Amino acid sequence: MHNVTSISRRGILKAGGALIIGFTFSSVLPKQALAQNAPPPQFDVDSFLAIHEDGTVTILTSHVDVGTGISTALRQAAAEELGIPFERFTLIEGDTATTPDHGGTGGSSGIPRGAADIRRAAATARQALLDLASKQLDRLASQLTIVAGQVRPTAGGPGISVAALIGGKRFSMKVDPNAALRDPSTYTVVGKPILRSDVPLKCTGRNAYLQDFTLPGMLHGRVVRPSAIGARLLTVDESSISNIPDVRVVRIENFLGVVAKDEWAAVRAARELKATWSDSQTLPGSGGLESYLRTASVDRDQMVVNKGDATAAYSGAAKRISATYYWPFQSHASLGPSCAVADVNDSGTTIWSASQNPFGLRTNLAKVFGIPAEKVRVIYLDASGSYGTNGTDDVSADALILSQAVRQPVRVQWMRHDEHGWDPKGPAQLLDMRGGIDASGNIVAWDAEMWVPGGPPGDRALVGPDLAGMMQGHGQNAGAMTQNADPPYAVANIRVLSHNLKETPLRLSNLRAPGKIANVFAAEGFTDEMAVAAKMDAVAFRRRGLTDPRALAVIDRVTQMIGWQPRPSPNPAAAQGNLLTGRGFAYIRYKQAENYVAMAMEVAVERATGKVTVRRVACAHDCGLIVNPDGLRNQVEGCIVQTLSRSFHEEVTFDHATVTSVDWGRYPILTFPEVPAIEVALIDRPDQSPVGAGEAAGAPVAAALANAIFDATGVRLRSVPFTRARVKTALA
Amino acid sequence: MPAYKFRVNDGSVTVDSWDPDQPLLYVLRNSLGLHAAKFGCGLGQCGACTVLLDGKAVRSCQTPVKQAAGRSVTTLEGLGTPEKPHPIQAAFIAEQAAQCGYCTNGMIMSAKALLDRTPHPTADQIKADLAGNLCRCGTHTRILNAVARAAKV
Repeated sequence: MHNVTSISRRGILKAGGALIIGFTFSSVLPKQALAQNAPPPQFDVDSFLAIHEDGTVTILTSHVDVGTGISTALRQAAAEELGIPFERFTLIEGDTATTPDHGGTGGSSGIPRGAADIRRAAATARQALLDLASKQLDRLASQLTIVAGQVRPTAGGPGISVAALIGGKRFSMKVDPNAALRDPSTYTVVGKPILRSDVPLKCTGRNAYLQDFTLPGMLHGRVVRPSAIGARLLTVDESSISNIPDVRVVRIENFLGVVAKDEWAAVRAARELKATWSDSQTLPGSGGLESYLRTASVDRDQMVVNKGDATAAYSGAAKRISATYYWPFQSHASLGPSCAVADVNDSGTTIWSASQNPFGLRTNLAKVFGIPAEKVRVIYLDASGSYGTNGTDDVSADALILSQAVRQPVRVQWMRHDEHGWDPKGPAQLLDMRGGIDASGNIVAWDAEMWVPGGPPGDRALVGPDLAGMMQGHGQNAGAMTQNADPPYAVANIRVLSHNLKETPLRLSNLRAPGKIANVFAAEGFTDEMAVAAKMDAVAFRRRGLTDPRALAVIDRVTQMIGWQPRPSPNPAAAQGNLLTGRGFAYIRYKQAENYVAMAMEVAVERATGKVTVRRVACAHDCGLIVNPDGLRNQVEGCIVQTLSRSFHEEVTFDHATVTSVDWGRYPILTFPEVPAIEVALIDRPDQSPVGAGEAAGAPVAAALANAIFDATGVRLRSVPFTRARVKTALA
Repeated sequence: MPAYKFRVNDGSVTVDSWDPDQPLLYVLRNSLGLHAAKFGCGLGQCGACTVLLDGKAVRSCQTPVKQAAGRSVTTLEGLGTPEKPHPIQAAFIAEQAAQCGYCTNGMIMSAKALLDRTPHPTADQIKADLAGNLCRCGTHTRILNAVARAAKV
């Protein structure tokens, strides 16, 4: 039994002395006038940090870990500013009743936004501690520093511990946005590969996962989804499950679920319950989706980039090339199906969820269910990785519907077919690329046109409430889909035009590095095609259009790592026995504003079978200041492997009725025998603000892979996934 | 309700199950409070639910509780603790071979069965043996390094 329910604001912050840093205290005390016996402030959800009288520190944040390691990195950032040992920090994440709302976790914002806020709160606390100690030690605050939890004169001499300074007293302060931050050149905690404290728990079966969370009197729920998207529930035969003990069927319009004391009873009841559904054939089918996208109704054309005159420059170019790239619908495909526990009772509604945005989920649930937001509490717990918005928000609504119906706490975990079938998907993307080069091989025109499924903006409809006939918006936000379709190189004439389609066959959401992976697949694949047309080495061709030293640094680093020999593609000496070998390269500036990533790969292709083996991947990565190099490396490696999986295997398939790729057999992901050797070089830039690193290294993967396959075989692959069958056909 | 007696992590347990075909996974998690084995697919495709049955790695989502009767089950909790981890667990911790950690149970239990059988596997043997264990975060190279590290100890 977990004790999460016993964590309350009172428990954390009201016991004993503390120095508390928030950002909206009603009675703000200027730091020069710290009242020693100030009445306890009326705590609202606004405190980032509390330093307790025993010298330990609690960080409170709306940013959540979801397996990325940021819970460690955030503590490092705070420990660095405060001079209090890392081990004394605990972190409370994503509890709408306890933590401040400084944004959800997504778009790699955990470090640049989350850590920056916490760092400022810690710097404010540090200044307050120095001011307090200044009186006690009879020194100017500017002559003091904090080391190992002790405030001491910088010049040496006796100090006083943070714990003693706080004693039994209470201080509350507002974050000072101008609080002096430590100079990165003096860092001793940030930049260190501190081990993640969740890993020992995860490796011994003792991490408190959402999927393991239980409450007294909790029942197990399962959902029974329609046989087709849009189908209506016609009949339910409850006698079909009369042999299963203690099951209740919950039917609300087209929402069908079961609730049981015993989880296995719920699983079997959901599987065996006989229900009939109306016929519904609303989908175009995943075969031929490329032409569907090209001809579907456009809601709005969006000029993403328009520089110079790409059309005229293309017409006048010495050499013109064009190509079409396609990326299919893909699933988050979380290893553990989404789960939630809902407890609806007279005092309010509590949802335990792994949502990457607990506050956003609370707002949406309150709106959809017509409950005042202050009566809804969402508490984050670790779960299977989500990589964007998987089924987590939907299953939270399912649990809420069921708990409302039975007035007991209900835990719902989706089954595998629910997750693969009903998670909101990363959209398919179609890109037409046109480019012109001059007689010297310079890119003079770049014209990219993309088609992206869409719909109205706003909150995504939740599956359960939709089926239950509840009113809600039907937004189709999938994240920033249009970035990185322009080249990161100096080109005078660039146009990127996005056709945002009126509709989407499948519900959309943000899937890791939204849009960027497909756009870079097209942009960097197409850049390679231009280099081939110019008969130039792929790296030299790109290097000419770059002057930013950070860009050149990652490129030079990766070419050294892989031992890049300049020559045009394809590889003139590709044949090695029955294999064709080659190498590929890709470079990106993530969102044209964040990470610099260069990647090179070596592949071997078996012509007879279409089997592609990636032998080596080298990646050089610059995301500014590095907070935790091992955590960062883990993220970068994960991005590479996951995107190799998306490139080799993944495509959501559907017929006219529903999604058909509903298990790991029909939606396979990369397995161990396919995993290449991966070398990652991290370039630390302590003088540059950190950007996030949960997405960028995935973006160049598909392009580098396709470029390597071309180098080996002379065949250009412009649609993922590069399954064995497809490669074999392409090579035939 | 029929009762099933078996050993779990060196202790003896008797559990009731209304259905003799109830997968061992649910019995471990809900009757015995052993949460390390995870539900991933219920189809034997992902390996998140792996436990050892008489020392052999099995998918507990595909193992009816009646099959466990009279036998010995080892779960990840039974190998070691955060304070006293088993050498394979220690190797995973040293390599920081987890992100979300949902697959970790299956990785370590499969590695345990492999190393018990083949104490010094080649890199290709490790890859082949873990081929049925899926990881979505992409922690594969660290997991391979962890198993290789444990094999050297």
